[in-house]
Amino acid sequence: MIDKSDIGMWEKLRRHRLAYYYILPSAIVMALITAFPILYQIWMSFTNFNITNLRNPHPDFVGLGNFIKIFTNKVPLENFNFWRIFAFDVFWTFSNVFLHVTIGISLAVALNTPRLALKKFYRTLLVIPWAVPSYISALIWKNMFDVDFGAVNQILSNILNMTVKIPWLTNPNAPIKIFPFLSYAFYADLITNVWLGFPFMMVVATGALQSIPHEIFEAAEIDGVNERGKFFKITLPLIRSAMLPAIMLGIVWTFNQFNVIYLVSGGGPLGTTEILVTQAYKIVNPGGLYGVASAFGLIVFFILLAITLITNRITRATE
Amino acid sequence: MKKEIKEKLKHLYLHAYIIFWIIIALFPVLWIVSMSLNPINVLKPTTLTLIPKNASLSAYMKVLQKPYEAYPVPFVQLLFNSLFVAGGTAFLSVALAATAAYAFSRFSFPGRNIGLISFLVTQMLPATATLAPLFVILTLLHVRNSLFGLIIAYASGSVPFAIWNLKGYFDTVPKELEEAALVDGCDRNQAFLKVILPLSVPALAVTFLFGFMNGWMEWMLAWTFLTKPQNFTLAMTLYNMQGQWNTPWSQFAAFSLIISIPVMVVWFLLQRYIVSGLTLGAVKG
Repeated sequence: MIDKSDIGMWEKLRRHRLAYYYILPSAIVMALITAFPILYQIWMSFTNFNITNLRNPHPDFVGLGNFIKIFTNKVPLENFNFWRIFAFDVFWTFSNVFLHVTIGISLAVALNTPRLALKKFYRTLLVIPWAVPSYISALIWKNMFDVDFGAVNQILSNILNMTVKIPWLTNPNAPIKIFPFLSYAFYADLITNVWLGFPFMMVVATGALQSIPHEIFEAAEIDGVNERGKFFKITLPLIRSAMLPAIMLGIVWTFNQFNVIYLVSGGGPLGTTEILVTQAYKIVNPGGLYGVASAFGLIVFFILLAITLITNRITRATE
Repeated sequence: MKKEIKEKLKHLYLHAYIIFWIIIALFPVLWIVSMSLNPINVLKPTTLTLIPKNASLSAYMKVLQKPYEAYPVPFVQLLFNSLFVAGGTAFLSVALAATAAYAFSRFSFPGRNIGLISFLVTQMLPATATLAPLFVILTLLHVRNSLFGLIIAYASGSVPFAIWNLKGYFDTVPKELEEAALVDGCDRNQAFLKVILPLSVPALAVTFLFGFMNGWMEWMLAWTFLTKPQNFTLAMTLYNMQGQWNTPWSQFAAFSLIISIPVMVVWFLLQRYIVSGLTLGAVKG
């Protein structure tokens, strides 16, 4: 009689040998290029590793020095201010996701109207921004915001019938005085990223709307509920649970929206549009401060982990 | 009668609203098409017309002849590098992920859950956060400045996604099919190779394409790791075209279209699957 609990560790592993063989190749590669770098990163974050000891990796141990440097804004890079960047990143994320969701839902609801002509055609055209690679869109928009040759200023000139020369990407001042910390470049980045992101929310909202039976609206109509009432009392509450996971995903994506920020405004002018991931990149390239970059990367990781845990809790709480 | 007029008016208003957003959605794409056909490179286009005056394909010709201003790398070389990196990334991630996904889908073994979660957690690290250690490690392994090193770096990003994607598909393939094969005298490996893999071709193809697009469009790691122009990819070259003051507009537009059209075509071919997957999840949630 062999009791199950008596089976040793090795016996257990032997019995599942095949499963481990199947996982081994990817596990080795992931260990080499993901797990090992993460461990290496933790070690590097406590050292003064930089471009000068790249070939001969014996940097000095500096303890929490890099973290202190980051939190006290002592990193020797132009316009480095961790807390400003962090605050801006949060503001950037919420303003974007708010617009993505409101535009996306409004279009999904409009396209869900019974007997509306050309629905399918409209939907196909509206997902185009999603199909263009974000890297290309960001570069296109950067060119459209050019002061002299950009399409945005030209259109404004045509509409207003006067020469418009808004310095979208070069003027660090705030065009709207009630938001003194938001430069012109913020609005350029915002327009680009809203363009990029609303189709996704529209598609998710369209899916969510399919689950609401039309009878509910017809009943409401008989009861004399107006359009506004139908939207706020029926549509929104019923698509809420389906939208929440997409919103959470949108928050994480926007928080890390490297392509738009780096390619459109480059974090500038004067660092007014820097977010955490673009700053992390600049510490490595051109900064060459690998130790500081590792510490910075770990900080970003923990911030993301916190966001994910909090948002996960919110989504669960609503179920 | 009155109700009908009211509905007509409402539809009119909705059409206007939707068309407004369609114009916004399409404008940048049409603008880039128009730019690419403009024979004058830097001069300000005075009117915004889809087909500019004296429209020509000269920008396309220039880009194909000399894509990288500072160094004479032929277009074919850049295309080959991009195809090699994108294809290599896609192949490596599908090959590594297929067996792992099968194990996660079919076997229950100690460490299964931890394994699945740890593959997922790596996805939460933004690429820029692992840049520094990856740079140092690839340098120490002497593969940093090569296309092969780049493939390995990209695979670290796409393998976890590929595993989750394929596992989800394998879960939907009935177990009875392999059991029948096992009864008929196949061993596990044969059942996997001869029954499951052929049945999963659509999922393998989609996973391959996602990996391919990653490698095709990525420029940040490439720009950090590679220094030799003969190793450059199309995406890197396009990024490099973005001069601060002297962007060659028409060429930039033509190059953008050359790079993104394959991606857009694939996206529209796959759109049905992507959207149906998304909305299915949404309805279930």
